[in-house]
Amino acid sequence: MTERNTMKIAIASGKGGTGKTTLSTNLAAYIAEREDVVLVDLDVEEPNAGLFFKGELTHEEEIYKMIPSWDESRCSQCGICAKVCNYHAVIKLGESVIVFPELCHSCYACSELCPENALPVIRKKQGTLREFSNQKLKLVESRLDIGEEQAVPAIAKTKKNVSSRHGGMRYAIFDCPPGTSCPVIEAVKDADIVILVTESTPFGLHDLKLAVGTVRELRKPFGVVVNRFGIGNDDVITYCREQNIPLLATIPNNRKIAEMYSIGELVYRHFHEVGEVMEHIVNYCINIVAEKPA
Amino acid sequence: MKEIVVISGKGGTGKTSITASFAMLGGQDVVVADCDVDAADMHLLMAPDFGFTEGFYSGEVAVIDQSNCVLCGICLKKCRFDAISVIKKQFVIDPLSCEGCGYCSRICPAKTIINKKRLAGKWFISQIKTGSVMVHASLGIGADNSGKLVAKVKNEAKEIALEERKDFILVDGSPGVGCPVVSSLSGANFVVLVTEPTVSGLHDLKRVYELVKKFHIKSGCIINKYDINPDKTGEILQFLEENDIAHIASLPYDENFTRAMVQGQTVIEYSNGKLTEILAESWGKIKQLTTN
Repeated sequence: MTERNTMKIAIASGKGGTGKTTLSTNLAAYIAEREDVVLVDLDVEEPNAGLFFKGELTHEEEIYKMIPSWDESRCSQCGICAKVCNYHAVIKLGESVIVFPELCHSCYACSELCPENALPVIRKKQGTLREFSNQKLKLVESRLDIGEEQAVPAIAKTKKNVSSRHGGMRYAIFDCPPGTSCPVIEAVKDADIVILVTESTPFGLHDLKLAVGTVRELRKPFGVVVNRFGIGNDDVITYCREQNIPLLATIPNNRKIAEMYSIGELVYRHFHEVGEVMEHIVNYCINIVAEKPA
Repeated sequence: MKEIVVISGKGGTGKTSITASFAMLGGQDVVVADCDVDAADMHLLMAPDFGFTEGFYSGEVAVIDQSNCVLCGICLKKCRFDAISVIKKQFVIDPLSCEGCGYCSRICPAKTIINKKRLAGKWFISQIKTGSVMVHASLGIGADNSGKLVAKVKNEAKEIALEERKDFILVDGSPGVGCPVVSSLSGANFVVLVTEPTVSGLHDLKRVYELVKKFHIKSGCIINKYDINPDKTGEILQFLEENDIAHIASLPYDENFTRAMVQGQTVIEYSNGKLTEILAESWGKIKQLTTN
């Protein structure tokens, strides 16, 4: 799923609420004033990017994962299916085979190793993917149905959808889920560059370190944006300097910005300095990706 | 013994700062469980001693012994997680992509792939400055099974609370509506929803409340920074009323939370102002709502 011409920028953070969505939506809208960009909300548990985007619904589809379904008539009661499932998602109880969809990781082992073909895989709906359009800006968001616990397959499906439907876009911006666990890895793993958003507080610094560990493990080029700069202390700045991490920009702590965000407004349209930050980030990404060895 | 879980849907609403304040106010009556294992921050305010530390093993990861590999490529063909690739004519497994299903090791004709237990993180039992105990954890990079680590932390906290005859377990939950949150909620007696008056805050509150409803747990809500957007605060209050969610308190935008954090303190220790007063009142209300 690589398209040579789309630059994939992932916006992530360890800590929640640092400004990932603010940065993603502002960056996407800023770029879209000149060029084609698709903004992809990969925070499938709590997708918010759409709240800052006014556009027309252009596409909608269900997202699903594959799970086995037991065909009693073919089953020979051998029990191999339950034995090969590492997630205890398939169990054999008496003469019945029971599938727990929420535990299933869609590895297909039970289905393909069943000697009788008694566990064909079927689709299980996990949520809905929607695509909105407004001039040069497209938004693709996926939201899990409440009660669906697994974010990873939904994230993977969303990315696949984006590369098949929007492979020709100049830019793709991924608004990632918070944290450092499997959903973040899935969201970030095929990005060209990762931008970590943090705030200059002890929580921000602590979680930034975790996020840095993650992107380093993935060997991705990355930079840091400090949001609400001015609140807290300078430890984040010192940390970036000591670790040779590019500090791309700071966005000042400003109650007016918070108020603008609270009503769903794009901040850069009202604050000139935030527009400059966007310009700087775009240029930085272009340079880094251009330098990257093929 | 009752279990109080604090969640928020959206990150960054002040959930951890508020939970830490309640832990301080609850003192010795409360065992604290930091179930936001993915980005655990509560320890930064609680001065834990990390008295007990243990590795948390969960799930598996496939490992290839290259010396016996016959290069048949069946593993690559069967892997549904794109975890296997060919690098310099060798089949290589990326542990970050591997979900440990074990399919490849089962079908490898040379039996050269084995599944190993995965070290998914660490968990700790600490004495903290409230005079009580905190159970907390850190999840390894890119680790799966955060739900299981959450369950581990909660169960340990529960055992300690029962043993030491504590009145409450106070759980700092994780953001989102997925598997770690589901784990945080199971077994709770009362849920505190922390939100903020922003479009995202309200949106995420509604989604996470859908989840809470499925568990049939009583809940109350704290609106943090209520004064940055009075209209949205109004909408939240209306949502609470329509859904019979107790409005515990509205907290003003107050940078003392951050100033306290910089000192490694809760806002309760840091200042004696209005905020402390509201939080103390809130904690009283929560205890009452939980035990009634």
